[in-house]
Amino acid sequence: MSREFGELILDLQNVSLAFGGVKALTDISFDVREHEIRAIIGPNGAGKSSMLNVINGVYRPQQGEIILRGQHFTRMNPYKAACAGISRTFQNIALFKGMSVIDNLMTGRNLKIRSNLLQQAFWWGPARREELAHRARVEEVIDFLEIQHIRKTPVGRLPYGLQKRVDLGRALAMEPSILLLDEPMAGMNVEEKQDMCRFILDVNDQFGTTIVLIEHDMGVVMDISDRVVVLDYGRKIGDGVPDAVRTNPEVISAYLGASH
Amino acid sequence: MGFFIETLIGGLMAGMLYSLVALGFVLIFKASGVFNFAQGAMVLFAALAMARFSAWVPEWLGVDSRLLANGIAFVLSGALMFAVAWLIERLVLRHLVNQDGATLLMATLGIAYVLEGVGSSIFGSDIYKIDVGMPKEPVMILEESIEGGLLINREDFVAALIAALLVSLLWLFFQKTATGRALRAVADDHQAAQSIGIPLNRIWVIVWCVAGLVALVAGIIWGSKLGVQFSLATVALRALPVVILGGLTSIPGAIIGGLIIGVGEKLSEVYLGPFIGGGIEIWFAYQLALVFLLFRPQGLFGEKIIDRV
Amino acid sequence: MLYRENGQFKTSYAADQQIFAIAQDRWAILAIIVFALVGVPLLVDEYLFRAILIPFLILSLAALGVNILVGYCGQITLGAGAFMAVGAYAAYNFHIRIDGLPLLVSFLLGGCTAAAVGIVFGIPSLRVRGLYLAVATLAAQFFTDWVFLRVPWFTNNASSGSVSVANLQILSWRIETPVDKYLLCLTILVVFALLAKNMTRCAIGRQWMAIRDMDVAAEVIGIRPLFAKLSAFAVSSFFVGTAGALWGFVHLASWEPAAFSVDRSFQLLFMVIIGGLGSIMGSFFGAAFIVILPIALNQFLPAIGSVFGVSISTAGVSHAELIIFGALIIFFLIKEPHGIARMWSTGKEKLRLWPFPH
Repeated sequence: MSREFGELILDLQNVSLAFGGVKALTDISFDVREHEIRAIIGPNGAGKSSMLNVINGVYRPQQGEIILRGQHFTRMNPYKAACAGISRTFQNIALFKGMSVIDNLMTGRNLKIRSNLLQQAFWWGPARREELAHRARVEEVIDFLEIQHIRKTPVGRLPYGLQKRVDLGRALAMEPSILLLDEPMAGMNVEEKQDMCRFILDVNDQFGTTIVLIEHDMGVVMDISDRVVVLDYGRKIGDGVPDAVRTNPEVISAYLGASH
Repeated sequence: MGFFIETLIGGLMAGMLYSLVALGFVLIFKASGVFNFAQGAMVLFAALAMARFSAWVPEWLGVDSRLLANGIAFVLSGALMFAVAWLIERLVLRHLVNQDGATLLMATLGIAYVLEGVGSSIFGSDIYKIDVGMPKEPVMILEESIEGGLLINREDFVAALIAALLVSLLWLFFQKTATGRALRAVADDHQAAQSIGIPLNRIWVIVWCVAGLVALVAGIIWGSKLGVQFSLATVALRALPVVILGGLTSIPGAIIGGLIIGVGEKLSEVYLGPFIGGGIEIWFAYQLALVFLLFRPQGLFGEKIIDRV
Repeated sequence: MLYRENGQFKTSYAADQQIFAIAQDRWAILAIIVFALVGVPLLVDEYLFRAILIPFLILSLAALGVNILVGYCGQITLGAGAFMAVGAYAAYNFHIRIDGLPLLVSFLLGGCTAAAVGIVFGIPSLRVRGLYLAVATLAAQFFTDWVFLRVPWFTNNASSGSVSVANLQILSWRIETPVDKYLLCLTILVVFALLAKNMTRCAIGRQWMAIRDMDVAAEVIGIRPLFAKLSAFAVSSFFVGTAGALWGFVHLASWEPAAFSVDRSFQLLFMVIIGGLGSIMGSFFGAAFIVILPIALNQFLPAIGSVFGVSISTAGVSHAELIIFGALIIFFLIKEPHGIARMWSTGKEKLRLWPFPH
């Protein structure tokens, strides 16, 4: 499966990250092109989640820089990343448990809200109109993810699979240009995985969103991603299209070691 | 110079009393994650019990010796504090497992009200004295090295000695006994400790008993210094900045935090007070803790909090 | 059977976003407000106004403010009493130092001052959370206690240390009788409650709740913790400060710093926890519970004692009050940690299905 990739949109250069003495990432460079589905794989503790955390500024790398659409960032922070159109989902779902599904998705619209506190307090014209307009957009996401029936349920009460879906929905509500997915299919059964794959492909296809994805299920990764980067012990050991990675001897010994 | 050192030592002594109260906080927080606002009420309750028992015991048993009377009163008060600990675990904590911090904090405020109410119903609400025979008269020391010498309360020295003894006993208990190990395990992770067969409820009772004993000792020292009265319950509020300064989970933190706050209060009262008015010591401690929080949120010795996503 | 939403279909998002989406609720609330405005003044005697209704209204307002901070934004505060004090003393100073300043403006300025102070003492929340923050807010409490006691400027150099106000007047309406005071407090409370409800169902409310539930995720989604937390502190302190001004001017008329001591802060926190965190209704329930309980105990304990042939002394009553109060708080926390508001909503849930619950 080969598709035309667009421009270089996100570029990490020589990023290193350490927690005290523990090196989570060592001198990693990798790039993401517009519109592609880019997968990050590697054994547990390889530094995959750290990588996403670096991209959207939750962690600050000691070395290296991030180039986002030609703009250089040595220090990213989550808010800047969000403003730049990066949104993400979390490995251990980080939804707002006390809020309903709708409210969770509405928080995704937060950056686009212009009315101020006073207007909101008085339910003044602009605030009300905005609230309605964003509600309509959120309903589109709800339709897209087929979660109409749970819109008013507090997310804390939802089963795991649906929570994952709402987590994706909240990220989508931001209308991101880059979507980071941290193990979106972990702990799901086959059917749920199929649904999730379909959503990811649809998002990529319909909205042209660039997707960076961490996943353990090799079948899924090889099927849906355009390019794959492989990490092991915080180092990059392979990078390329799925077929090339699959046959890379270093990757096989490090990652798929058990199978040969 | 002599005056400065005297102020300093006075501060250290006051600080040591804060340390004792803070120690109770830390013990309970470590083992059960409960921020125990009732610690002050426990100090009051224990002190009331001690004061009244030591007065009643001679009447009941006809014992003449003050030492014996105090000894019996101490044992009785200790037993009472154990009973209180057991009741608290039975009636309150057991039903609040897995609730969040705010709920537990409220519950301990409730406990504080009940303890104050029960304490003053049983023991009365007048001002009482505890006399455990601590030497009262001050002594002069270091007359040759410092001009004018230093005037030190002997009572303070005895108190400091008792406090040091108590802390080392606690340290031994925590580090060297099996129960201490279990306590530390519970402190690290409730569920993991439970899954390897440590009985959570019993651990909690033990830790509240220990905190009760600490409260008793603190109550006796405070009581014999300043008398037992209702305002003793507010020492909890005085000791809070100490816990923040030292770190909520650190026993050495409680001790050193207490000393710092004690010294800071005294010095600020003596050297800052004349410029901005009296009575500053209570908020001074809090501002100190507050500023400290901004730069080192986990306290001096607390564990660093790392967020994982 | 009457409580049904059958047949009430919503055809627009606007209809779905109403404060009371069920018609019966709308009518019930309207009826309660009308009754409170018209019926209560006709029916109730002066003692009830002074002892229960006015304190209830003012403390509800303060609880509302505390609930915004604690219940919605998840930042525990033990310093609410301090912000009441700031509101009261600021309003007092505006009132006596600026001639002809309308009373309501003084109140609101008092609230604004409290908001500013709230922002300052909210800064630690950017670094610490939970119980550490609770202690940081105590710093505000003890500092204001001291300032209003020791700095004579704030009390207009009053020799006794207590300040008093008299002859309250809004336009031509002289606020003298308890009924006047009650109506003033009620009006302010209704307006503020509406504002609070609007904020909590809008973007700002969602920001607060997001910070409360999962602050890292909130930041990733583009919520600035700085703005969200400090705005919660500001709005909360504004409410609490206005309540403080009302408490001083309308309820007490003359007061000392002790009126806003740390006990008041605890009391307000009790209200929101017992009433229900993160619930506007809960603030009212909590305030009602805390205001009525001691009065009820005071009335009934001697009566119950005499039934059993025991006469309970005044001291005994006050001790028993402490015990019962503490025990009830514990009981509530164990039985319903989500507060009276949760009981209320489960009750309504059941009523919707009654009499066929399956």
